[in-house]
Amino acid sequence: MNFKRQLKEGVITNNPILVQQLGMCATMAITTTLFNGVGMGLSVLIILTCCNVVVSAIRKIIPGEIRLAIFVVVIAGFVTIVDLLLQAFIPALSDALGVFIPLIVVNCIIIGRAEAFCQKSSVGASFVDGITQGLGYTCVLVVMCVVRELLGSGRFGGGLIDIARGFRFTLDGTGAGIQLFPEDYGASILNLPVGGFLTLGFLFGAMQFALRRSAKKKELAEKAAAEKAAQADAEKEEVVC
Amino acid sequence: MLTNIISIALGAILINNFIFSQFLGICPFLGCSSKVDTATGMGIAVVFVMGLASAICWVVDNYLLVPLGLEFLETLAFILVIASLVQFVEMFLKKSVPSLYAALGIYLPLITTNCAVLGVVLLNVQNTYNFLESVVYGITGGLGFMLAIVLFASVRERIRFAEYPECFEGFPICLVSAGLLALAFMGFSGMQIF
Repeated sequence: MNFKRQLKEGVITNNPILVQQLGMCATMAITTTLFNGVGMGLSVLIILTCCNVVVSAIRKIIPGEIRLAIFVVVIAGFVTIVDLLLQAFIPALSDALGVFIPLIVVNCIIIGRAEAFCQKSSVGASFVDGITQGLGYTCVLVVMCVVRELLGSGRFGGGLIDIARGFRFTLDGTGAGIQLFPEDYGASILNLPVGGFLTLGFLFGAMQFALRRSAKKKELAEKAAAEKAAQADAEKEEVVC
Repeated sequence: MLTNIISIALGAILINNFIFSQFLGICPFLGCSSKVDTATGMGIAVVFVMGLASAICWVVDNYLLVPLGLEFLETLAFILVIASLVQFVEMFLKKSVPSLYAALGIYLPLITTNCAVLGVVLLNVQNTYNFLESVVYGITGGLGFMLAIVLFASVRERIRFAEYPECFEGFPICLVSAGLLALAFMGFSGMQIF
């Protein structure tokens, strides 16, 4: 049950990007094709989970004054591992993401989770937190990619999906994606840096709208319940009188 | 030589602006831009640290990591250099230039996790710049960051009086207006230098 709650927190109510507002550089920079988005999201998920486990395991033996330096070294170690693995096995992804893979080191999500969660939680909870927060991050990246790709160039799943010879996933970034309408009709501005800012801005707006509405609904429900309780109390009092 | 330096400088400030076309350093850009003077303070601190970090990391890379064949440790080495550099600069300023230290305040330690600083160092390696080019790229990249954050802070001061849908309050409206600024900066992208 704890997992379910943490999953809800990571993906919706405490989403690393849309609610905690962390790690936005990469979010806007690399979300041009679904291939990049999924690749980046999963890389961050793996690094975040590993760092969470290690930080949580050593949380009792590191002195408080230099903890940030230690966190950064742990993170940089895992980022280097993932960077080298990607260069070796998925070079297309490594080329596409470029400098943003090593820059995961300074992605505030990872150091933020280490500081805010792993420092005071058990290894198991930190492991789950890494996976759920990573999933939340990946979800946002995927939504951004889909919106920007679809509206920008009329395509879905560029680099990741190939339908030339039957539907299949391409892991080397060569898939052309599914062309839903001609590229000329797309708003190509969304493929440019401007599109990153605008898409994320509107996504944030939508998230705030949804959160506010659910909060208002809850408030109304609470108010109604309170009124009911007050009424019941009043009736009871009348009876007592 | 000189034209090369000028093209790197103009490229870093206007054409490939760190914020608006490379998306490096967005967190402090959005976090420290609610007032023009704090934005200026942050900008100056970033210019300072980016220039210094470029110089020191170039030396570390070319005289330590490359001769020893340890290029795969670049990320780790650079982030350590930057973190200790920021700490050192903080102590140095506190002792010798307290007025500047007071002005920069809390922004100095925050710079460690500014991806523009690590980004500029990694890009220097990727573009195989020499020492002078690295330093110029670092300083002008910082100037580009400062230009962007100061412009954006002045826009944000005006946003307060604007009318927009309620759900866009706070972050979303900032992102949208940053997008419009990026659109303006796109005008430079067609510029040919020499």
